[in-house]
Amino acid sequence: MKNYTDITNRANELRWEIGESFHDSIIESIYSEAAAISSNTVKTSKNKDSYSFDAKIDKILTSKALGFPIMFVLLALVFWVTIVGSNYPSSLIAELLLDNVHPWLKQISSDIGLSYFVDGILIDGAYLAMAWVVAVMLPPMAIFFPIFTLLEDFGYLPRVSFNMDFLFRKAGAHGKQALTMAMGFGCNAAGVVAARVIDSPRERLLAIITNNFSLCNGRWPTQILIATIFIGSVVPVHFAGLATAAAVVAVALLGIILSLVVSWTLSKSILKGEASAFSLELPPYRPPRILQTLYTSLIDRTLFVLWRAIVFALPAGIVIWLVANINIQGISLAEYFIDWANPLGLLIGLNGVILLAYIIAIPANEIVIPTVLMLTVMTARLSGIGEGAGVMFELDSIKDTTTILQAGGWTTLTGINLMLFSLLHNPCSTTIYTIYKETKSVKWTAVATFLPLIMGFTVCFIVAHLYRLIS
Amino acid sequence: MNNWNLNNKQMEQCVNCPVHNIDNLVKLGINMSNFDYVIALAGNPNTGKSTIFNNLTGLKQHTGNWPGKTVARAEGGFVYNNNNYKLVDLPGTYSLLSTSTDEDIARNFILFGKPDVTIIVVDSTRLERNLNLVLQILEITDRAILALNLMDELKRNNMSIDLRQLARELGIPVVPMEARQKKGMDELLKYVDEVSSGKFICKPRRLKSLSPKIDNAVNELSKKIKEQLPNLPNTRWVAMRLLEGDQQIIDALNSGEIGNLEPSLKHAEEPV
Repeated sequence: MKNYTDITNRANELRWEIGESFHDSIIESIYSEAAAISSNTVKTSKNKDSYSFDAKIDKILTSKALGFPIMFVLLALVFWVTIVGSNYPSSLIAELLLDNVHPWLKQISSDIGLSYFVDGILIDGAYLAMAWVVAVMLPPMAIFFPIFTLLEDFGYLPRVSFNMDFLFRKAGAHGKQALTMAMGFGCNAAGVVAARVIDSPRERLLAIITNNFSLCNGRWPTQILIATIFIGSVVPVHFAGLATAAAVVAVALLGIILSLVVSWTLSKSILKGEASAFSLELPPYRPPRILQTLYTSLIDRTLFVLWRAIVFALPAGIVIWLVANINIQGISLAEYFIDWANPLGLLIGLNGVILLAYIIAIPANEIVIPTVLMLTVMTARLSGIGEGAGVMFELDSIKDTTTILQAGGWTTLTGINLMLFSLLHNPCSTTIYTIYKETKSVKWTAVATFLPLIMGFTVCFIVAHLYRLIS
Repeated sequence: MNNWNLNNKQMEQCVNCPVHNIDNLVKLGINMSNFDYVIALAGNPNTGKSTIFNNLTGLKQHTGNWPGKTVARAEGGFVYNNNNYKLVDLPGTYSLLSTSTDEDIARNFILFGKPDVTIIVVDSTRLERNLNLVLQILEITDRAILALNLMDELKRNNMSIDLRQLARELGIPVVPMEARQKKGMDELLKYVDEVSSGKFICKPRRLKSLSPKIDNAVNELSKKIKEQLPNLPNTRWVAMRLLEGDQQIIDALNSGEIGNLEPSLKHAEEPV
């Protein structure tokens, strides 16, 4: 291979001759020629209506006084529409898949004489887990994703980033972390990948580690159901929807605050450093393409996430059925674990059932609630509800769910702490794997996995003690 | 009679003109083995690169109205006029000068990836600022097309652009587009075909306003590089980078890697 040192040597000499101004004068040439070309070709009429219209909207959406309130109201509105809008289709799908298809499958299985074991694993385990996930997840996703995508298409996300930038900078993190956080509200694994927009490795790690504090899609149903039962029911009926939405927004906000606090703590300790500067362009507002948005968010996002949930729910359903049906000396594996974990669970205002549910649900947060209900019915030895050991089921009304949970020893504290623990626990296995792929570091993957879990135990413990002091 | 004949002839020409052959576009998704040409999509953030990418390949790269979605380069393929194209969507950047990961990816691809055509996507409502990047890209590559996107917003802002004048100034084809509405894709494809096959020869604008002292230094070094690397297409740009002390380019020169930029080696590299 040839060597061109004489060229580089000459370049070094010439660099001395022309002096330090070289870089600046090149940039100057570029800018002045761009300006000249532009003035030769662009004609602007005197009234610049549209620009000033954009500026007017920005003045409101990014103002110091109104920026944050508008953000919270928009967020609450999106959740409220999602919560209210998904009730009806959810129960419709549940009725179809659980009340009609499930008995039909059972009938077929008994007609062809499947053994108790195979029938249990396939129909009461795998099928019901899948049916539950579809019924609970499909309607909220089909509403939430399109609305979120419309906001994104319109140009609202960079404004959120602009509003929150000073907070992240104070926390020693990159302003674009606001964008990756927003992606995390859809799916944490996607949020972790989106952190590539951040150049500095230190700030990227902060964004990756704290992404789990964005409530992901799989955790919204848990938040919504528990808030409906324990928060919505303590206020007058016509405020129930509003109070539920407010409670969910409060948990989501707590997540945002914690991601700031954790970023700050890390950037003052093991990830020391200053926030780097960046320029953020506020793009013009564009009218969203409604049909295309609906199509892409339904096909690409909704069905993609749903498919993933189903893939994970099938084996989880089998595991649930097995731990509830494999008995040693007449007591099932699930009951052994729950009895063993109960003291710890109760200490932090939860219970053994919830802890077991979170272990079974490591592959996918979506199946926490069905697992909790099934295990509660089994251990509280309720009769007449549900369909037997290890069978996930849909309840006819929220009132029935409340009855079961109360029989299982649940209080308002359990509800509040479950919402908190749902926010603060290890990421799902997909996200953990994604974090490892992005950081290539076992250490940081472990930090991102165990830090929220430790925080969850601590926060629940403190809340449980405060609650018991007051009541 | 005469008129009728003429019309018929015109019709025939229209049918044969590639502009009307948008039906010839076959979206290949990620299937892009055995491509004939490589096309790069470059431009400022949030100008619609990913939208054009999706229109051409049929893939569904996530698009959204915020800068910085495309975090690494995405690749896809399409067939047009019996040619196989590989299309590379580069991350949006404001310049190719300073060093951030995004700018490195974009710059290295245009330089070392040697695309047959670089489509520079610009926001027509912010032409002046976008031109800063355009001028830098035109220093590196000879084959480029300007996709003047978001023409609908330009109209809404009561502005207009003299397309012929702009094409003359830049020395490359200029295509007005509204990519979100899929408008202008046919004309863009026509130019992609013509520029990549060599039917259309670009005469890209090079910086004219350098001071005599700098211009002399650039010319001298450029000549010296041309002597030793006669096939290097962008000696002037390499000279400017060397004068600026760009370590990546100095390393490429010292290691001899810069020789790989000569187009004569290009097809030898590709697996048959």
